[in-house]
Amino acid sequence: MDVFLLSRLQFAFTIAFHYIFPPLSIGLGVLLVIMEARWLKTRDPLYLEMTKFWARIFGLIFALGVASGIVMEFQFGTNWSIYSRYVGDVFGSALAAEGIFAFFLESGFLAILLFGWNRVKPVTHFLATCMVALGAHFSAVWIIVANSWQQTPAGHHIVGFGTGLRAEIVDFWQVVFNPSSLHRLSHTLAGAWQAGAFLALSVAAYYLLRNKHIAFSKATLRIALPVAMIASLLQLLTGHASASGVARNQPAKLAAFEGHYPASAPADMYLFGWVNQEKERVQLGLRIPGMLSWMVHGDSKAPLTGLQAFPPDDRPPVNLVFQTYHLMVLLGMGLIGLSLLALLLQFRNRLSEQRWLLWIFVFAVLGPQAANQLGWASAEVGRQPWIVQNLLRTRDAFSPNVSGGELLFSLVMFFIVYALLLALFIYLLNDKIQHGPEERTSMEGHRA
Amino acid sequence: MNLAFDLNTIWFFLVGVLFAGYAMLDGFDLGVGALHLFTRGDENRRILLNAIAPIWDGNEVWLVTGGGALFAAFPEVYATAFSGFYVAFMLLLFGLIFRAVAIEFRSKQPMAWWRRFWDISFSLSSILSSLLIGVALGNMAWGVPLDAQGNFNGSFWSLIHPYSVLVGLCTVALFTMHGSIYLVLKTEGALQQQVREWSRSTIISFVLFYITVTMFTLLYVPHMTDTIRANPWLFLVALVNMLAIANIPREIFHGREMRAFLSSCAAVIALLLLFGIGTYPNLVYSNPQPANSLTIYNAASSRKTLQIMLIIALCGVPMVLAYTGSIYWIFRGKVKLDAHSY
Ligand code: HDD
Ligand code: HEM
Ligand code: HEM
Repeated sequence: MDVFLLSRLQFAFTIAFHYIFPPLSIGLGVLLVIMEARWLKTRDPLYLEMTKFWARIFGLIFALGVASGIVMEFQFGTNWSIYSRYVGDVFGSALAAEGIFAFFLESGFLAILLFGWNRVKPVTHFLATCMVALGAHFSAVWIIVANSWQQTPAGHHIVGFGTGLRAEIVDFWQVVFNPSSLHRLSHTLAGAWQAGAFLALSVAAYYLLRNKHIAFSKATLRIALPVAMIASLLQLLTGHASASGVARNQPAKLAAFEGHYPASAPADMYLFGWVNQEKERVQLGLRIPGMLSWMVHGDSKAPLTGLQAFPPDDRPPVNLVFQTYHLMVLLGMGLIGLSLLALLLQFRNRLSEQRWLLWIFVFAVLGPQAANQLGWASAEVGRQPWIVQNLLRTRDAFSPNVSGGELLFSLVMFFIVYALLLALFIYLLNDKIQHGPEERTSMEGHRA
Repeated sequence: MNLAFDLNTIWFFLVGVLFAGYAMLDGFDLGVGALHLFTRGDENRRILLNAIAPIWDGNEVWLVTGGGALFAAFPEVYATAFSGFYVAFMLLLFGLIFRAVAIEFRSKQPMAWWRRFWDISFSLSSILSSLLIGVALGNMAWGVPLDAQGNFNGSFWSLIHPYSVLVGLCTVALFTMHGSIYLVLKTEGALQQQVREWSRSTIISFVLFYITVTMFTLLYVPHMTDTIRANPWLFLVALVNMLAIANIPREIFHGREMRAFLSSCAAVIALLLLFGIGTYPNLVYSNPQPANSLTIYNAASSRKTLQIMLIIALCGVPMVLAYTGSIYWIFRGKVKLDAHSY
């Protein structure tokens, strides 16, 4: 088997699995802080019950994030050894900083969040919750910095020769604030807040439909709905900023987003379409002429660099990038509409009567999840064939000393283990949701 | 040995500190896992599990951060060791995955088969992880064949030889001992009596393994003792190690559980220190061609990166130590099960 392809497949599969969980912990972290602050302020036991309920779910999500995250930490070394040698000097610091500043904070204070209810004062507990949320955000910061450096390298120089080439840091702050890190960080975080808020909304809507835990659900809606709406709107702004950045720094990727082929011409925007890579054009699409040029330059006649300006070997798989990107944007628009509508009804106090809307919310939890995955896919596949933009090709970066058989073994194991974990995760999550916000006391009753 | 401490040596030391911290902290919860199946009764097993519940994840972060620091400070080693020991590391990762979810999932359902399945997963994955960590250490000491680019091309099976397996078993014995002493500290009543008895047997089995590994090392892995032979005062570390181990039964006998546990921690640290002294200045020793070894000089990042990382470490590590310390303090004392326990 082709070691190169298997390495890519394994990386994509394991990171996509990992990325189911971090957005939920980041988003729920924010909600937990708000809920517990309400409890401290009002001393209404409803909010305490709510905080405890979501903390238990947070614990479950966190465990899967940890289990799948460990794999990512070592996979650069196991499967991308040439890449690791090439970027270690620049990239490693960010990963180490993530451990020191983020994971210790998050995992340490999680102990108090989950197990410390009877051991510390309420204010201390609240501070611990804040630290957990902060830690979750920090881990996004450092990993996004590292990943953004791959997209738009800066603050480094290349030393060595032949197979011994590598990038070395010249200016640390230029590495950290490389041209895409701030856009991408804000966009990713807002996506994570959406993921958390829509999970809470989904559970609350479900309870309302089932006529259970009414006070709990209405209070949850009041907290999660504004977060969902703000995050959804932020997503449009930060996504737009990202796209402008991509136009400047990664023109081939932008051209692939919209299937724009002419080497230099005014570019259209598509609401949807299908890219025919042989004929080098978009078919069956709905087109807004000149819109992309207008978005990037404020002038619908301004020429944009297209894919024909790049040799075929330097182009990403265009249709895949196009489809993933457009689906993300479509979902983003849908989520904005949904949260605006719900907030409007909420103001009129008529939300809980609209059963059809509540049913949409039950399933809308999948929207941010899908958009997050699709967004990463379009950003990462759009960077191909480069693993580090314009510096190192993905094909030259994998571990040559790992055999196809070994990779097949690990990949099959990941498929099996992750499928099992996902099934168990959904089973236990559902179990907790069905059980509802009351604490369980009957757990001890059993004899092994 | 050149004692003029250069940045590379500092980073050798700091990466060592992270891995020693990992061995000292995750060591005891891996050991608790290894002992888990020996306890009978759901309540007792829950006590064992909850003895480590609040802290095991924080302990594991030492490994994650150690990996990150290795990547940043010595990327060549990160690339060579992880790609070279591919299958071993994949097995370790699966071990760590199962451990993490077993701890979280076990008490979430009341069914007997459910709990039994996760009990077994927890225990086996803890033993497997300790064993593989030891096998990796054994190979680092013994040396692996590297080519001129620093790549290891051998197979998984070439990493399994008597010495590495012996070090692997010794690591399991060490963590089990460490875990049993931690449990003496966290339990009470009949369970504590039982754990006390375990600690006696685990200490004996560890000492036997330790003597065997030492003999084997002196006879067949002479390069590991070069530094000590050149600097006889370093022998003190070995002495501290022996004294710390000998002190454990004494403290347990007198009922001074905390001191027993601290002795055990000191023993783990001293052992890793000995290992570090033995390998220095190599990181991955090349056997049979020592010229291809990865050292703290030819495998390191640029000076600039090592400096930046030092600043990051100086800012971050004191904070980590401060709040990790407070969290251990908050969860001190015997385990009491309540509504929030696993
Ligand atoms: C946008 C945020 C984000 C992204 C893109 C990633 N992660 Fe992640 N990661 C988190 C946000 C996060 C988190 C929210 O902080 C997690 C989830 C649960 C947790 O423990 O922290 C986490 C867990 C987590 C852990 C376990 C930490 C522990 O034991 O507590 C590791 C080792 C990694 N991640 C490593 C990675 C690597 C190497 C990635 C890149 C390929 C990656 N993560 C992508
Ligand atoms: C967490 C969400 C992420 C997802 C869902 C994701 C998705 C993907 C996908 C689908 C690929 C395969 C691309 C291809 O082979 O065509 C890939 C590759 C890769 N990504 Fe990501 N990625 C994520 C985050 C990151 C981060 C944060 C980093 C760096 C820290 C990163 C670094 C890489 C590397 C090194 C590869 C392998 C080589 C390559 O194909 O470029 N990714 N990722
Ligand atoms: C509303 C319209 C949206 C627009 C215009 C938009 C735009 C973009 C662009 C241009 C990128 C590529 C950035 C790059 O390659 O550097 C991107 C990436 C991404 N998007 Fe979106 N997006 C939108 C909605 C969403 C939504 C709703 C989510 C998730 C809830 C989401 C999640 C992501 C993620 C996780 C990435 C990858 C990380 C990154 O590169 O920033 N996006 N988005």
